[in-house]
Amino acid sequence: MNKLSENVKYWNPYVGGVLLGILLFLSFYVAGHGLGASGGINRIAVAVEDMVVPEHVDKSPYLAPLAGGDIDPLNNWIVLEVAGVMLGGFVSGLLRGRVRLQTYRGPQITPRTRWLFAFAGGVLMGYGARMARGCTSGQALSGGAVLSVGSWAFMFAVFAGGYALAWFVRRLWQPGA
Amino acid sequence: MAPYDLAGTLGVTGSYLVYLGIGFGFGFILESSGFGDGRKLAGQFYFSDLSVLKVIFTAIVVAMLLIFWSTALGLLDYDDILVNETWLWPGIVGGLIMGVGFVVGGYCPGTSLVSVATLKIDGMFYVLGLFVGVLAFNETIEHLDAFWRSSYLGRFTLPELFELETGVVVFLLICLAIVMFIGFGWIQQLIYGKKDPE
Repeated sequence: MNKLSENVKYWNPYVGGVLLGILLFLSFYVAGHGLGASGGINRIAVAVEDMVVPEHVDKSPYLAPLAGGDIDPLNNWIVLEVAGVMLGGFVSGLLRGRVRLQTYRGPQITPRTRWLFAFAGGVLMGYGARMARGCTSGQALSGGAVLSVGSWAFMFAVFAGGYALAWFVRRLWQPGA
Repeated sequence: MAPYDLAGTLGVTGSYLVYLGIGFGFGFILESSGFGDGRKLAGQFYFSDLSVLKVIFTAIVVAMLLIFWSTALGLLDYDDILVNETWLWPGIVGGLIMGVGFVVGGYCPGTSLVSVATLKIDGMFYVLGLFVGVLAFNETIEHLDAFWRSSYLGRFTLPELFELETGVVVFLLICLAIVMFIGFGWIQQLIYGKKDPE
């Protein structure tokens, strides 16, 4: 169960890469900027915060530019892009029979353990993406393609961080070990 | 000449439809490449699946070539497109934290959205974590504000850093991508004795 090959009619990675590159180029060509994801998630988080504690949001120098006063944090291109990503992922999954309530996990751990670590990884990723002012999409892919020095330094840092810790968390993903 | 003022040309609603479409393509490509599965993504860090490396670097090379060809042909104004500004150390520290989050959680922000869209429960916990993470940052960054605004270099590009022609840098990055594809493939074969193990 949960074998990686169950529905593996995944695209060849070079095909996916070429198509993604064309899409990234089109985004720059028509809009002047690349793709994004974490920025949209931040805006949704701030929108929720703005509903719960609007006075606090108005006073924070970090949140007020996004959601202070009458400003709607969701009124931004990246929120629409995030919605599109979910829609596109859903349609692709639907066409291949991969839309199914399930937990993807390594062979050695329980779903509960997987959920715990997925949550922890999400917290780190959310914090880090705000620190780095972007994620794999907005920094590595988009900034990388237009030769930003910071984006390339960022990209190598992400790979370095992942490889540095991989051995210590191998039980999460690897069989046996 | 491109880029265009989308909202000015199409109106705000029209521009949002374009962004919805771009996002749709993005999500479709990620899911079709298997990036809705955290095991496939984490496999990158164990050399058991190199799709992350291959997709990212192929996409960067293709987009980079198209951007610089269209600039050379006078179709696109490179000076007018967004080049992520550099805050060197916050980017590196944030990147290291994200690398750890990637191998622990199995997704990056974009891929986790695709995972949720295909009803993966681990993806849902991950996205919940993302929300907590960005809120934690927003509420505590004032204590790290000096660091977060440090090492600012503005719109700083690799050709400027290395004092090379843009075309030379583009060529070198293509070489780097090819070297990495081959090098990582060798390591994979060294560890598993064959390519792309299950």
